[in-house]
Amino acid sequence: MRLSPHFRRGAWHRDALEKRRTAVASPVSPLPAVVCASPFRHGAWHRVALEAMAIQKLTFPTNEEEIRKLRAGDEVLVDGHIIGIRDRTHIRIFDQGVAPPMDLGGAFLLHTAPGVKKVGPGKYEKVCIGTTTSARMVRFTDGLGAQYGVRAICGKGGLPDEAIEPMRKHGMVYFAIVGGAAALETTQIEEIEEVAWEELMPECLWKFRVKDFGPLIVGIDSHGNSLFHDVQERAKQKLEEIYARL
Amino acid sequence: MITTDLQGILEDAAAHLYVWALMDIPQDLRDALVDASERETSVPGRRVLSTILRNVQIADDQKNLVCQDTGIAVYTCRVGEHFPLHPTRIYAALKAGTERATVEHPLRSNAVHTITRENTGPNTGYRLPIVHWEFIPEWDGLDVKCVPKGSGSENMSFLKMCIPADGVKGIKQFVLESIVGAGGKPCPPGIVGVGIGGSADYAMYLAKEAIARPIGTKNPDPHVAKLEEELYALLNETGIGPMGLGGDVTVLQCHVEHADTHMTLNPVAVNYQCWAARRASAHITVDGVVDYDREA
Repeated sequence: MRLSPHFRRGAWHRDALEKRRTAVASPVSPLPAVVCASPFRHGAWHRVALEAMAIQKLTFPTNEEEIRKLRAGDEVLVDGHIIGIRDRTHIRIFDQGVAPPMDLGGAFLLHTAPGVKKVGPGKYEKVCIGTTTSARMVRFTDGLGAQYGVRAICGKGGLPDEAIEPMRKHGMVYFAIVGGAAALETTQIEEIEEVAWEELMPECLWKFRVKDFGPLIVGIDSHGNSLFHDVQERAKQKLEEIYARL
Repeated sequence: MITTDLQGILEDAAAHLYVWALMDIPQDLRDALVDASERETSVPGRRVLSTILRNVQIADDQKNLVCQDTGIAVYTCRVGEHFPLHPTRIYAALKAGTERATVEHPLRSNAVHTITRENTGPNTGYRLPIVHWEFIPEWDGLDVKCVPKGSGSENMSFLKMCIPADGVKGIKQFVLESIVGAGGKPCPPGIVGVGIGGSADYAMYLAKEAIARPIGTKNPDPHVAKLEEELYALLNETGIGPMGLGGDVTVLQCHVEHADTHMTLNPVAVNYQCWAARRASAHITVDGVVDYDREA
């Protein structure tokens, strides 16, 4: 990870003020050079290399065999095609019984309502694409696996324990993404290839082509393990210990 | 006679503040995130924090929003007794500024009617934006702070009417169980805002005031400042960690705001602000000079 040496607030702000003062419609300003402020210490290359080694690559759509190889805690980068979906899209599919106009077999679903710009009929360009809280959509997990053969669900904040059994049964995983990191995610989405159900904007069904999408952490695997369950269990024990000394 | 178009100046400033807050997160927050990434020891926690820093850097470089959720527009205003613009006009300017920022940038518009769920306009609507008011005697300035509040963290808001016998212990327990229950959903590590005292509604209002404070500030009341410190330490013992994946850094800071209350009341409200704690401020003088370097 390369941070600029000062990592100071104010670049956007100063530019915006300057633009307003000069009132000149300037083209995109050149990006500032990113300089690695690496301290002169042994081990930096080594640590980065070790972290990089641990990262797996996976291309979607995929199959059950690939998904069963993943274990909770693994780190993954994703290539290929992923499908954007959200509350209203799920409600249409399951509560209103409308079959989705895209093939969800082997799919990677991303919980998102993207910020986009319309550039033509059915054609959109990315503006800022990030990820929403997954827990709201947990009740659709079983249906997505059983009826449509979805292989991966990706969002932020985790899925409650009721997702563990359907994921084990159908061979699915939950990928935890870093919530709020939309600027980064947007750079990893190469193109918005398709959109369906535009009337639900922005909660349509989206097809994105991605490259090195992530980092994603396997939060729930297809073997009955959940990082979120483990963290909650440990935290509850810790709370009892804390309450005893308050 | 020279007249200054204070309403127009404030509208301009509000439009700027809304986008500024979304694009360019505050320095105190940047420092706290760098600090967190240095002290976190869990593997997923370290990966989350380094990704967060990379994301902020990319937002800086590419002039993109830090997070796609442009939030619900919340402003806090500190209005001097002698500031020559009536709050009615201040509100109109903030609303117009929010709309302009949304249309001109353009930003995703999140505002909907709460029952029909139909979009109500460019991040404005009935009683939107939300403005917190404070009136300052013997002063002629105006401080405006824009806090676009994301829904992932706002959904993790909690209120409990503790009883006086629950005491401070009850307050601590409720804050702890709220943050553990929220897990990764509000995008930790962020700022936990706690409002205590007053009434049910006022406690929640104070919790929102608390999340809007810069990291590093302390409540001036020593009893409350002590509670802030204790809660901060306890919350980081829970092990929830960055994005709820387990780790040492669960919160960047805990702020508590308080009001005196009824002898039989002990309200506790919790409001969470995500790691991308968006915030931008301006000070406006009676002559219409806008100073963006002064934190409200």
